[in-house]
Amino acid sequence: MSAVTPSAAEQGSAPGVGSGGTGSEAPPPADPSQDRWGRLVQDIARGNLLVVVASFVFAFIIGSILILIADTEVREALGYFFARPGDTFSAAWQSISQAYAAMFRGAVFDFPGFTRTLESLRADGGTGTYVWGPALMRGLRPLTETLTIATPLVIAACGMAVGFRAGLFNIGGTGQLIVGAMVAGYVGFTFQLPIVIHLLVALVVGVIAGAFWGGIAGFLKARFGANEVISTIMLNWIATYLLFFALKTSAFTGANQSQPTSPSVKDTASLPLLLGSQFRLHAGILLAIAVVVFLWWLMNRSTLGFQFRAVGSNPRAARVAGISPARASFAVMAVAGALVGLAGAVHILGTEKRLTDGIAGSLGFDAITVALLGRSGPVGIVLAGLLFAGLSTGGRYMETQQGVPLDLVSVIQALVVLFIAAPPLVRTLIGLRRVDNPGAGERRRRARATSGAGEDRTGATRNGGSSVVSTSSAATSQAPSFSGSSAAPDPAEPPGSAERSGARTETKGEDR
Amino acid sequence: MKLELREITKTFGTFVANDAIDLVIEPGEIHSLLGENGAGKSTLMNVLYGLYRPDGGQILIDDQPVRFTGPGDAMAAGIGMVHQHFMLVPVFTVAENVVLGHEPTKGGMLDIAAARELVREISARFGFDLDPDALVEDLPVGAQQRVEIVKALSRHAEVLVLDEPTAVLTPHETDELMNIMRQLRNEGTSIVFITHKLREVKAVSDRITVIRRGKVVGTADPSADQADLASLMVGRQVSLALDKAPAAPGEVALQVSDLRVTDDAGVRTLDGVSFDVHRGEVLAVAGVQGNGQTELTEALLGLQDNVQGSAVLHGAELVGRSTKQILDAGIGFVPEDRTHDALVPDFSVAENLVLDQFNRAPYGSALSMNPTAVRTNADTLVGDFDVRTDSPQNAVSTLSGGNQQKVVMARALNRELSLLIASQPTRGVDVGSIEFLHRRILGERDKGTPVIIVSTELDEVTQLADRIAVMYRGTILGIVPGDTDRDVLGLMMAGYTAEAAREAVASGARTTDSQLADEGELA
Repeated sequence: MSAVTPSAAEQGSAPGVGSGGTGSEAPPPADPSQDRWGRLVQDIARGNLLVVVASFVFAFIIGSILILIADTEVREALGYFFARPGDTFSAAWQSISQAYAAMFRGAVFDFPGFTRTLESLRADGGTGTYVWGPALMRGLRPLTETLTIATPLVIAACGMAVGFRAGLFNIGGTGQLIVGAMVAGYVGFTFQLPIVIHLLVALVVGVIAGAFWGGIAGFLKARFGANEVISTIMLNWIATYLLFFALKTSAFTGANQSQPTSPSVKDTASLPLLLGSQFRLHAGILLAIAVVVFLWWLMNRSTLGFQFRAVGSNPRAARVAGISPARASFAVMAVAGALVGLAGAVHILGTEKRLTDGIAGSLGFDAITVALLGRSGPVGIVLAGLLFAGLSTGGRYMETQQGVPLDLVSVIQALVVLFIAAPPLVRTLIGLRRVDNPGAGERRRRARATSGAGEDRTGATRNGGSSVVSTSSAATSQAPSFSGSSAAPDPAEPPGSAERSGARTETKGEDR
Repeated sequence: MKLELREITKTFGTFVANDAIDLVIEPGEIHSLLGENGAGKSTLMNVLYGLYRPDGGQILIDDQPVRFTGPGDAMAAGIGMVHQHFMLVPVFTVAENVVLGHEPTKGGMLDIAAARELVREISARFGFDLDPDALVEDLPVGAQQRVEIVKALSRHAEVLVLDEPTAVLTPHETDELMNIMRQLRNEGTSIVFITHKLREVKAVSDRITVIRRGKVVGTADPSADQADLASLMVGRQVSLALDKAPAAPGEVALQVSDLRVTDDAGVRTLDGVSFDVHRGEVLAVAGVQGNGQTELTEALLGLQDNVQGSAVLHGAELVGRSTKQILDAGIGFVPEDRTHDALVPDFSVAENLVLDQFNRAPYGSALSMNPTAVRTNADTLVGDFDVRTDSPQNAVSTLSGGNQQKVVMARALNRELSLLIASQPTRGVDVGSIEFLHRRILGERDKGTPVIIVSTELDEVTQLADRIAVMYRGTILGIVPGDTDRDVLGLMMAGYTAEAAREAVASGARTTDSQLADEGELA
């Protein structure tokens, strides 16, 4: 013992209990050879909330700059900037504030409309609820429109989230949505069934069709190890062209074979409207709420979700614990497809009624964005879905009122995704980056090791992002129609349904 | 070169990894840094190597304060580091690896001849047997480590930091490394030897500094008693010897015959392995890492694809069944690599504790989980196994390695077992907890459960085993009694058959371990 000389630090300190330490030794980083996609998806899906918020702020700032550039008054004022700089600033402020105010009016609450209705009714001698009721209805009309747009978006995003949480990058939203809408629509406008049953049957077959379509990619992954990114993208194309083909058959177009548009779904199969015929809001929103709750239960309480998450986080450990990653990835894709298929069914049975070649629009890709924005959690998805829907309804109003191109809204949406896909960039911008922190060296090494995956990521994001952009270009201009097979917009189409006409060009984004 | 660390402090958030550590490395000494996992050894060395910037304190070289902003500075100052996981490019030759980062060039072209010459020169000086043109991936682990050492020396390292260098070596390779270390010291290079293995520290050190919880808790001479060093390291008295009751083996429980595994490349990784395990007995599988132990356990668990032969547990064939079915047959499994194979990093401790039973009562049904049962179970096990965490709801990745291992062990032992298979059951666990986990394993044995322990640590093997199967290149070289001489085991791990090993030992082949034991130093 004499050889051991306890130091001062040791003397007097009561012999503590041996411990495994307090976590100074972070677990070694996951082997980079492990499924990089899975890691990547997890990283994106669990993005920091602050990063998400900051991404929005930056996107809106860049959006503001673009609004200024687009605004002629600002440009003119800039011409004599040095003579009267105040003009430039006031013009700039006017331009931005009015644009965003219009966006709010178009997406949430139409205050001028509300007051106008109020006053005109009052002038007619109305009082009490007779005045307030219709006025409020008028004011809240944009909100109901936002909710209508959000409904399929939220449902589809929930489906996407299932995949992300399980480490699968399901790009197949478009395909699953189309198949769900196609089958549900077919049942809706062809079958003769009693009132409630018809709707239920149409919804259920939509779900089954989506599950089948997603399941194909899942099966290919589970059985042959096919990369789900590739197979779902290809399945999107297959579904898209199947739809084009179907719309040339009399089974889908009905009597009017010259138009690639189906008959309207029967009333028995339609989702009932919730606020009367003036508003498009339908019972699909109740389904969306149910799906959000289901997502929570599935991922946090169910045995299946436990397996999904385990496989998503560490497939090796899941396998060692007796969970079959192959079977789980099939189940994940089937469940994800089922939910997206439901979104497709709700979209056609509630909002669209008719099957067109642009039925899916950019919904499939927007759903990915919404799921990522919402960090694949139920609450996040609801918020992100409302926000996205609000941006698109508000953006349209902004365009008509302020002459700000709707494209800008899509640019903002795309920028948000871009920022979220590069959290270190955002952290640097908001000054959150600390260089000297535990495992910094390790992380740097890791970053280097996975830089290959980083390239993959940008590829995928570019895909999703550009499709977002393409939506609006279609909605605002006469976008070149896709490969000649899609017809010119239906002249009978109500002017409000830009959502629908934007749809057709969704494939363009991928094309590049 | 004299290296001095003065009052080095490094904090991560509220956690103090290094608390005013003083350390002096005299020229030409082997200085051992002894401490448990998480004691702060690696952090200190990362500070020294310029990977972390200290929050306080100074580094002095020959009494001149220096400041490192990265490994480049440290290397330039004459500090070399051999990491536990080698930083080599497998498809490069030895010479290419050695010069990587400071390549000699001739007219803009890589001067490979100069690189070869460099390797030859350093190898000759220290008696390394290294072929400069050999591909690193073809070399055994011990030789790869020498490449790392040559790499550091080629940059004129005067202080060489070896981070847990013996973890991957056979006892004989360890001996060789120790000879190299002594030789380097005699040539004037100082060595910082980081380890938690007491035997090695005593065998090779000139001085020992013990670190616990980020503080230097004592210094010692190599003549210090092992038990004293252990208690200094852990902070309380520990008994190193496990007094276990003799086994009372029952009937044969697991019968493995002619088990063969072929990997994806068509290589036979497990070649005709046969053995029995009885009820109430511990069969230890000893061997250097990578000699088929992983494949053996994975084949038994249904995790390998190409398995031939048979493994019969209590009359039921295991080969060809799914992992799920095998686990349901009551097999508790501790994989050797917990981060890769055992834990889901984002899951809470509680969820990880039911990972193999999540859909079985009471933790869940076919449809839904039972969060209350999962939580209660976690509370119990966290208490029983002394898992250090604020809450079982914390992600398991926030735990230290030793505590993660306890989670894995707790899960495996948490039900009626028909067979326990544990690979490296105490990897990364501190000395004090090793004792506890060993007792749990023996307790399981005494309940009549057949137990297979796979370990590369001879200490662990000899402490737990009733019988020892030594694996070498995918086969079992022999099954010997649990009290077999360590020298014999060491030779068997290097490829000797039991008989040949016994003869060699009888004619005088020794390892450092047993020499020390003869001198009465070791228990």
